[in-house]
Amino acid sequence: MSFQPVKFYQTGTYTVGNRLLAPDARSVQAGELRSNSINSGHRACQGCGEALGARYAIDAAMAESNNQLIAVNATGCLEVFSTPYPESSWQVPWIHSLFGNAPAVATGVAAAMKVKGKTEVRVVAQGGDGGTTDIGFGCLSGMFERNDDVLYICYDNQAYMNTGVQRSSATPPTARTATTMPVGKEPGNVFGQGKNVPEIAMAHGIPYVATATVADLRDLEYKVRRAMKMHGARYIHIFVPCPLGWGSASHDTIKLARLAKETGMFPVFEAEHGEVTGVLKIRNKQPIEEYLKPQKRFAHLFGKHAHPEMVAHLQAIADRNIRKYGLLEEVKTP
Amino acid sequence: MANKPFAITLKPGTSLANLTGSWRSARPVYLNRLPPCNNACPAGENIQGWLFHAESGDYEQAWRVLVRDNPLPAVMGRVCYHPCETSCNRGQLEEAVGINSVERFLGDEANKRGWKFDAPAESTGRKVLVVGAGPSGLSAAYHLARMGHKVEIHEAGPLAGGMMRFGIPKYRLPRDVLDAEVQRILDLGVTLKLNTKVEHIEQSMQDGAFDAAFLAVGAHIGKRAMIPAGDASHIVDAVSVLRSMEGEDKPMLGRKVVVYGGGNTAIDVARTVKRMGGEPLIVYRRTRDKAPAHDFEIEEALQEGVMIKWLSTIKQAGVGEITVERMELDEKGFPQPTGEFEKLEADSVVLALGQDVDLSLLNGVSDLEIKDGTVQVAPNMMTGHAGIFAGGDMVPSERTVTVGVGHGKKAARNIDAWLRDITYAPEPKHEIATFDKLNPWYYSDADKTVRPMLDMIRRQTSFDEVQGGLDETNALFEARRCLSCGNCFECDNCYGVCPDNAVIKLGPGKGFEFNYDYCKGCGICEAECPCGSIKMVPEDI
Repeated sequence: MSFQPVKFYQTGTYTVGNRLLAPDARSVQAGELRSNSINSGHRACQGCGEALGARYAIDAAMAESNNQLIAVNATGCLEVFSTPYPESSWQVPWIHSLFGNAPAVATGVAAAMKVKGKTEVRVVAQGGDGGTTDIGFGCLSGMFERNDDVLYICYDNQAYMNTGVQRSSATPPTARTATTMPVGKEPGNVFGQGKNVPEIAMAHGIPYVATATVADLRDLEYKVRRAMKMHGARYIHIFVPCPLGWGSASHDTIKLARLAKETGMFPVFEAEHGEVTGVLKIRNKQPIEEYLKPQKRFAHLFGKHAHPEMVAHLQAIADRNIRKYGLLEEVKTP
Repeated sequence: MANKPFAITLKPGTSLANLTGSWRSARPVYLNRLPPCNNACPAGENIQGWLFHAESGDYEQAWRVLVRDNPLPAVMGRVCYHPCETSCNRGQLEEAVGINSVERFLGDEANKRGWKFDAPAESTGRKVLVVGAGPSGLSAAYHLARMGHKVEIHEAGPLAGGMMRFGIPKYRLPRDVLDAEVQRILDLGVTLKLNTKVEHIEQSMQDGAFDAAFLAVGAHIGKRAMIPAGDASHIVDAVSVLRSMEGEDKPMLGRKVVVYGGGNTAIDVARTVKRMGGEPLIVYRRTRDKAPAHDFEIEEALQEGVMIKWLSTIKQAGVGEITVERMELDEKGFPQPTGEFEKLEADSVVLALGQDVDLSLLNGVSDLEIKDGTVQVAPNMMTGHAGIFAGGDMVPSERTVTVGVGHGKKAARNIDAWLRDITYAPEPKHEIATFDKLNPWYYSDADKTVRPMLDMIRRQTSFDEVQGGLDETNALFEARRCLSCGNCFECDNCYGVCPDNAVIKLGPGKGFEFNYDYCKGCGICEAECPCGSIKMVPEDI
């Protein structure tokens, strides 16, 4: 993997910054002059992972594009909480599209910039998992297929949150939403094939695909900057916990993102032209229960009427991810 | 309406108008918690504080912060039993930070580079007599001198250092290190009178017109045990053996030397005997885990070939041999005799059964309380007699160099207050930064740096220092293993992880501030603070 953590003891690079690091080795978020693309006063819930992920990603894109950036935003939480008319939290040129056509609008913006000869202006499109994996999926695939010069960022909180936590094609099996079975033999979302959009994006053979979480800021910033150095269609899928929709404590947002990665539930990797080029290894493997238990959407798996077989099934999914992407350090044989 | 673009009815605004701080039910606040190392240090060092400077490579500043509390870092880095490391939170990750090795490195750097203490405060014109130039007396003299008092040390022995010189063997504490740190204290203007035994404290205070006195005469009288012995048997005490190692006439103990006792002094004598070519055998009545000696010292002694006979008492000492009885531990862990005897070769027996204090200088002093051979002191280190303070081994305490140094500092602060006719009130302690307050995810894995040990053959035959020190690169590495428990080290985590940009970064060295206009009280900053320097406090609603 090309992302190499700096060997720096006491703090490593796991923290946002460090007083002893050389300025050029610091993260964008550590800087006093970060662009704060999405500013204070937005109406996201306490502990919103999406608000955090959006600032991480767009600030990094701003830094890499020399502040020459236009953001297109699909309908969704991010758009609703950041721009209640007539206020806006955005400190970048920002346009709101329909729920389903953000990739197409971004394509249009990129084409317009090209026509005007403004090659230095870069375009980012962003949306939630509903706008990306369900409603905007056709437009997204078209954008990939045409290799339009857009970085599309999906903030995945695994359901339609702003309309009241309805199931999306990114909702994991067994998770309870407003539109899954509340009771019965198998409550919560069903086990199915799911829709793995990062892999679908890779299947388009586009220049760059990556996944990231809000728990690994440096990895996230590295990926956004790497994507911004390239042209053509690029896709980054960022895992952003939602305290409201998941029934988790607001202070656990980053912890849950970390556990999703450390359990293998959410593989963090990057791929170029359809081939995986690097994975973020699990540092301290955790059983899937550690990730599930703090979330009320999985509460029915535990307690009096527990479903250990469903937990085992989820563990098998995590284990499969670990095998498939090689998420564990290989044990060195002497 | 007319001035606005098509289909726009309101002027565009920023979300900064929306003060989301009103949502909050709990507010984060920055605080300092007490790192467990600082809490455990008998000398009250601000360990996290000096490691902070060592981490950035500013060793002189680190040393200056260190010596605010302890003037003997090079000695400490060799002889302290480092309770700081025992309590270090990093011990719950992989291994404790090598605080002791970094301290030694800083002390050695200071000696190498000739750093001097900051000049004393303006003279107060008051005079304090310190009796005894051991760790406690030197520490008190140092602190009193820096506070501006005139200090005179009266030392009964021929050289300064007390048990650091006449108790701790050279292979643990080379004398040039000790001499350098003593000299630096004397350079503050402290007067040291050697070979000056104080016979009567009130008389000495009167003669020298002293305003107060600090007594730290130590415990130099070896305890005796009743062992039936023949006239020709050779029984000596451990303190005299170790003391005579410093003089011209080395002790004559023979080849087979039995050391009786299980404390650190017994180990010191046995290892000294080994180095002089003898064959030491430690006889102790209980088991290894019950022995008061530190386990690493027992281990080092065993490595060097010291033999230890556990669960044995000496019943009789004859010529060239002793009789020992095998003991058994009862259910309470006390040794009980078994009636099984054994004869062992022994040219001499060294008793290492603890030490008593020579309290003769206090004869006739009123209002003193003496209990179990030690002087009782109030929490401010003052004896019952106003103006006479005491510390170190002569008051009830754990008898280590570090505790002595701590007593000296505490006594100095209280003597200073007493001389100014005020009461010394230490700042209230912060709550302790226990491991559960930390978020250890953010610390990368880093194993402890192991200090080099001298070759075994030289350990067995010479008095060269056994344990080596760190060099600059690995001292820096070791310092940077510090987790900075309970104290912000400006990692920018709170500033980064706030979804509401409600943390203001004030710049290097200035830390951070919360913007309560926008802080929604989610608590992510507290949860993700690596070192536990943020606390959530409920709002009054």
